[in-house]
Amino acid sequence: MNTFLWVIVPYLCLAVFVVGHVWRYRYDKFGWTTRSSQLYENRLLRLGSPMFHFGMLGVVGGHVIGLLVPRSWTAAVGVDDHLYHYAAVIGGLVAGILALVGMSILVYRRRTVGPVFSATTPMDKVMYAFLGAAIVLGMWNTIAGSIFSLGGEYNYREGVSVWYRSFLAFQPDADLMAEAPIGFKLHALVAFGLFALWPFTRLVHVFSAPVGYLTRPYVVYRSRDDRSLGSATPRRGWDRVG
Amino acid sequence: MRVMAQMAMVMNLDKCIGCHTCSVTCKQAWTNRTGMEYVWFNNVETRPGLGYPRTYEDQDEWQGGWVRKPNGRLALKAGGRLKKLLTIFSNPKLPSIEDYYEPWTYDYETLLNSPASENFPVARPKSLLTGKDMQVQWSANWDDDLGGSQEHASRDVMFKGIEDKVKLEFEETFMFYLPRICEHCLNPSCAASCPSGAIYKRAEDGIVLVDQDRCRGWRMCVSGCPYKKVYFNHKTGKAEKCTFCYPRIEVGIPTVCSETCVGRLRYIGLMLYDADAVLEAAAVEDDHDLYEAQRSVFLDPRDPEVEQAALAAGIQADWIEAAKKSPVLRLINDYKVALPLHPEYRTMPMVWYIPPLSPVVDVVKETGEDAEDRGNLFAAIDTLRIPVEYLANLFTAGDVEPVNGVLKKLAAMRSYMRDINLGREPDASIPAAVGMTEEEMYEMFRLLAIAKYADRYVIPPAHAEQAHALEELATECSVDFDAAGSFYDQALLGEGAGYPTPVAVENFRMLQDRQTSDTVAAPDDKASRVNLLNWDGKGTPEGMFPPRGDGGGA
Repeated sequence: MNTFLWVIVPYLCLAVFVVGHVWRYRYDKFGWTTRSSQLYENRLLRLGSPMFHFGMLGVVGGHVIGLLVPRSWTAAVGVDDHLYHYAAVIGGLVAGILALVGMSILVYRRRTVGPVFSATTPMDKVMYAFLGAAIVLGMWNTIAGSIFSLGGEYNYREGVSVWYRSFLAFQPDADLMAEAPIGFKLHALVAFGLFALWPFTRLVHVFSAPVGYLTRPYVVYRSRDDRSLGSATPRRGWDRVG
Repeated sequence: MRVMAQMAMVMNLDKCIGCHTCSVTCKQAWTNRTGMEYVWFNNVETRPGLGYPRTYEDQDEWQGGWVRKPNGRLALKAGGRLKKLLTIFSNPKLPSIEDYYEPWTYDYETLLNSPASENFPVARPKSLLTGKDMQVQWSANWDDDLGGSQEHASRDVMFKGIEDKVKLEFEETFMFYLPRICEHCLNPSCAASCPSGAIYKRAEDGIVLVDQDRCRGWRMCVSGCPYKKVYFNHKTGKAEKCTFCYPRIEVGIPTVCSETCVGRLRYIGLMLYDADAVLEAAAVEDDHDLYEAQRSVFLDPRDPEVEQAALAAGIQADWIEAAKKSPVLRLINDYKVALPLHPEYRTMPMVWYIPPLSPVVDVVKETGEDAEDRGNLFAAIDTLRIPVEYLANLFTAGDVEPVNGVLKKLAAMRSYMRDINLGREPDASIPAAVGMTEEEMYEMFRLLAIAKYADRYVIPPAHAEQAHALEELATECSVDFDAAGSFYDQALLGEGAGYPTPVAVENFRMLQDRQTSDTVAAPDDKASRVNLLNWDGKGTPEGMFPPRGDGGGA
């Protein structure tokens, strides 16, 4: 069971995530968009969207530090457990609350503003469920686990993080996850479910964050006979000539 | 000098009768799709009026276009690259659907299905966004013919500086129509605002297009364009804009809006320009100099030096010939009667306008004086601050001199041609008074009044033999994505996901054949028609397939 949950399922989800993105990018460049609904409603979006997105950027940054940086590294640069704990809890709480409140505003908006609601696809709804669950569980782990120490002391940097790195190194150690509290387990499973859904949702827009804008010339010229003209591969039977 | 070619348009506003045929045919061709209900690539505004979207010209509010910084360089008015990226999660200057209008349809079914009753059944307006009943409150053309203008028109931003003199009482006001399409600017701020780099200017003909495959729906182009001529398709989540009907232009036929213009007021032709001089011209200090600065960027293809440089820059000889014959060049640079729309946005727009003389003529007529007399018209142009100042706010950033000059030329042409039409001796002093020769004036009259199709539209076909493929096969044309019924429709990846179906350029060629050939049925270039019913399937009868192009044989 442990092998199934902490080896097979994560790798399956990772495979779907990677292959799904390649497939989506090749098949559906046209559908690769943020699918913004700002045109319909601006007041709530103005509040919720930046809160959610900047919160999520913080959350992702926190996960990168927490999961990928080993305890020994931070100790080596003079950050002891106590200091790390403080930074992680405070940073995590701020980012998490921003994301959660932002998302609540956005979901409320989606439900109550007519045009936005009718532009919501079933895929959106499933994705929101997973995303919301992942954020709530993550918050629970931070608050219940790290602040009130419910269910005993647990240092995820000795458990979940090590497992995650072993997972990325393709030498997964399922036992480490089996020992983790239920909150962490659920959070990880929901997150992997979200990863598997990712390529088939609007979340793909994360990978087109336009950082190239900072360096490219303002006005783009393109020539008709430029090979890179249309970025989609023509359909079979419509191959380009010449 | 870096010579580039630009497909450009001039509209003669005196001839616009406000029939909206251009808007309707454009809508039928390009934006009759879900997600685009509220979009008009071509719209006709009554001025004075608020325009579409409402008060789009108020750049203090919408922050479109460019501004000149104190150091003399241009910057996007809405903020630079970093600010754009920081506000990407919620574009602060995006017009909402209310600024355009909430699209609707009518519930016609109740008219047909209603049982016999005492009262007439009513087809209620239903919102196309929510499907619910709605109250229609605004549309793309709500203040048509000054409808409701006593309430709205005072908010027309073009009244800036002349508010105290404006009279909007019905008897004393003036009006004219302003058809607008994308300006296909030389210095497009929409393209500069696009974080993904999906909006590009075609190097061959300067048409500004959105790559539907690279657009990620960040919406910065919508706010970046001061003319608000980039639109957000709310179903596909992509930006779309006027394409200058490039599939038609590529085969040498005019845009749909021009083709169907009842007043025949549109002119299409090439302009050659010096791409190296664009930024400097767009950054001149005084707004009033922008009109002349932009004119100075244009090159005269009749100048042998320019011709050499153009050939060296890879512009084909037939394109240079077309540029020499361009009616747009004549109107902008020879007669100097066409003016750019809002040069103060510093985008170097390439759809120019001949300002209307008719409001002035109407005023003179009402006084009982001779409205075709040069003296009366000249005096009226000089003394009537309105509407000349209003026109100047539209076309020359408020500088009345160029507008005065154009109106006087048009007035002189009126008086001069009256003498000719009435069989009187033409008065050479009339053209001389506006700095033209008699011949020039007559040629200008011919171009403005009686020019034929081939004189109004001088469009060299694209050089397909250079291209690996025609653009429409290469760059996805937004209309292609309307195919319904796909498995991926809406349900999974959003509407219109998947491969596009290309529009066949052959359709346009065949249509042209049909319009211009003498025979009723078969196109001339085909030896005979093929009867598929008795064709036994062996061999390929002549005329069955279109002739293979040079680049063929993949």
